[in-house]
Amino acid sequence: VTVRTRILLLAAFLVVALVGAGGYVLHARQKQTEVQAASPAVAAGGDLATLRTEPHLVFRSTALGAGYGRVAVVPLAAPAGPRAFTTVSCERVYATAGDTICLSADRGLVTTYQAQLLDGSWAPTRDLPLTGLPSRARLSRDGSLVTTTTFVYGDSYTNPGQFSTRTVVTRTDGKVVGDIEKFRLTVDGKVVTASNKNLWGVTFADDDRFYATAASGARTWLVRGSLSHRTVTALRPDVECPSLSPDGTRIAFKKRGDRPAGKWRLSVYDLRTRVETTLAEPRSIDDQVEWLDDDTVLYGLPRTAANGAATSDVWRVPADGSGGPQIFVPDAWSPAVVR
Amino acid sequence: VYVSLRDRPGADQAPGAGTKARRVTSTVVLLGVVSLLTDISSESVASVLPLYLTAVVGLSPMAYGFLDGVYQGVSAFVRLAGGYAADRGGHPKWVAVLGYGASALSRIAMLPAAGFAAITSVVTADRLGKGLRTAPRDSLIAASSDPAMLGRSFGMHRMLDTIGAAIGPLVAFALLAAVPNSYDSVFVVSFAFAALGVAVLVLFVPDLRTTAAAARVGLRLVMREVSGRPLRKPLIAAAVLGLATVGDGFLYLSLQERDDFAAKYFPLLYVGTNIAYLALAVPLGRLADRVGRNRVLVAGHGALLACYLLAALPAGGIGLTLVTLMLLGVFYAATDGVLPALISRLVSDHARGSGIAAAQTVVAVARFASSLMFGVLWAVQGPSRSLLLFAAALVLVVPVAAWLLRGVGRPEATA
Repeated sequence: VTVRTRILLLAAFLVVALVGAGGYVLHARQKQTEVQAASPAVAAGGDLATLRTEPHLVFRSTALGAGYGRVAVVPLAAPAGPRAFTTVSCERVYATAGDTICLSADRGLVTTYQAQLLDGSWAPTRDLPLTGLPSRARLSRDGSLVTTTTFVYGDSYTNPGQFSTRTVVTRTDGKVVGDIEKFRLTVDGKVVTASNKNLWGVTFADDDRFYATAASGARTWLVRGSLSHRTVTALRPDVECPSLSPDGTRIAFKKRGDRPAGKWRLSVYDLRTRVETTLAEPRSIDDQVEWLDDDTVLYGLPRTAANGAATSDVWRVPADGSGGPQIFVPDAWSPAVVR
Repeated sequence: VYVSLRDRPGADQAPGAGTKARRVTSTVVLLGVVSLLTDISSESVASVLPLYLTAVVGLSPMAYGFLDGVYQGVSAFVRLAGGYAADRGGHPKWVAVLGYGASALSRIAMLPAAGFAAITSVVTADRLGKGLRTAPRDSLIAASSDPAMLGRSFGMHRMLDTIGAAIGPLVAFALLAAVPNSYDSVFVVSFAFAALGVAVLVLFVPDLRTTAAAARVGLRLVMREVSGRPLRKPLIAAAVLGLATVGDGFLYLSLQERDDFAAKYFPLLYVGTNIAYLALAVPLGRLADRVGRNRVLVAGHGALLACYLLAALPAGGIGLTLVTLMLLGVFYAATDGVLPALISRLVSDHARGSGIAAAQTVVAVARFASSLMFGVLWAVQGPSRSLLLFAAALVLVVPVAAWLLRGVGRPEATA
């Protein structure tokens, strides 16, 4: 075969590759536009200011279309009804009556992440330090403490089962309390000095005490911490992403058990009776649960929409192991109950 | 590239005739272009894989960590097979085609693959391809180059390869910006680049015979060559140096733990390393040809030592982080292409693929072992002290390697 023929062959191949790949991308783009135009617009409605005076749910709307990723509000009285959209977009959001913490990602060549505190009218009041992929965010009940957990990738190189998190607690007035991974961790009376320890999923009990997950190697624990003493103490093994009930008596969490990596079941642990109850949600849940009230928990679950787009719903399930899961708000993620 | 296409394939085999010896041969450039296209393909997918797996497929970062471990193990052993297959058949090109082809096909297999098992197997197929093609490709580079400028040839190839690795993520992000969340588009475009790479390889890279047609290269002969006296000391040197080499991931992570600049731009740290690598691959390859490949290889580990010491400092800053990344790039430029250049002159032509594969596997296995050790050390005493410990190990090992490699890979007179 002559060089000329080969160059012609390559040129032909180049054209095929260009047309094929280019055509695919254009087609995908067009389809995306069509899907967005054709997707039933999620019912929007309600007055934000009025909604905030009654019990409501603040969440990230994942309904396809213009409002995708925006923070929205629904009254607890009609959670599946029309939602009122705010103007802010967050990957993870949490709110109390007066404050909102919003973790957002600015995707680009360098994807940068931001943590912002918002006031009652959703206007940013303060930037908080944040590095890595947003994962969890929580405020203390009175809104004076805020915590964020992010994933910092990297040590997965030859260490199966390893990831690195950063969990920072800050006062909402801007004072940084610290990276709780630097707090002294005690397990069974022994101080854990291993630097591969990770802490994540903070839930505040009061202005000083909090619960969280601690991990070292492949093991995890429920830990109780003190901000003033800068200590965390393991209470119980195999607890991830704890969430304290409104009455402060129980912890809802995800439990790995003997399931493979990345699979969890929701459970509730009673701090007084030390009884653990598995909830009636048979699917694997990877979320930090939110309590709707003292009897019900809420959590997000990803779903692939009929047109192949990725979305999610917020589900509810009784906290005592009875009943079964029901959709609480469709096309939603990262719920925060505000009463 | 088009000018050098006019060279007849056969002309590559007789280098050193007059003025032509000053240039890197067209085969090397073509192989570089193949690697460039393939790296655009693989790096565009690699850069979106964490997001794709966690955001779309719904795997947790933990499961992704496991996936990354799969990468490493598979590659090392297939590499030996690739080197041997190239020698035995005497047609390294077709073994390389198989390797590049497998990786290309794995891209298109990402489209229907869903779930952990499917994606693991696709990723594994990609790594198998990479393992398979490396040694025959390096064998082709060596076979088509003037022995006196092997370092420069490998440097040229690694430069083009690294340029591809730099372009890949840009392509991916441009696509995701144009069609948000359309990971399928990334996979399809990635496949197109990989397929183009295979086309260039099949159509233009000459099928250089590494053995006389009559000779049958058996396993025993190859084993004798690989374990023979000329290769023994260099392989031991490569192993001890590899044992004192910390994985990049750990190095980036320790930078990220100490300063906010590195933490914020964590996903881009490797870009800094790559820039230094691609800028220096050719100059350091030429230097290796001139002053001795052994010297440059050993000196490269000096840069690595400096890199550890800087990374172990308690406080950082933008400047220090950048210098550390540059030093890591210098290390790669001084070692990655120089090692096969050095090895390929120590084995006879018919066992070249196996020889190169053996050296690369020794390095890969030694680095894997060292990463495991480093992981344990890190867990026990944190990054800073672990790095200092590895720096101390390097200080001990480098003179040993220099002694083992003395007189090996000395500059050769240009014919």
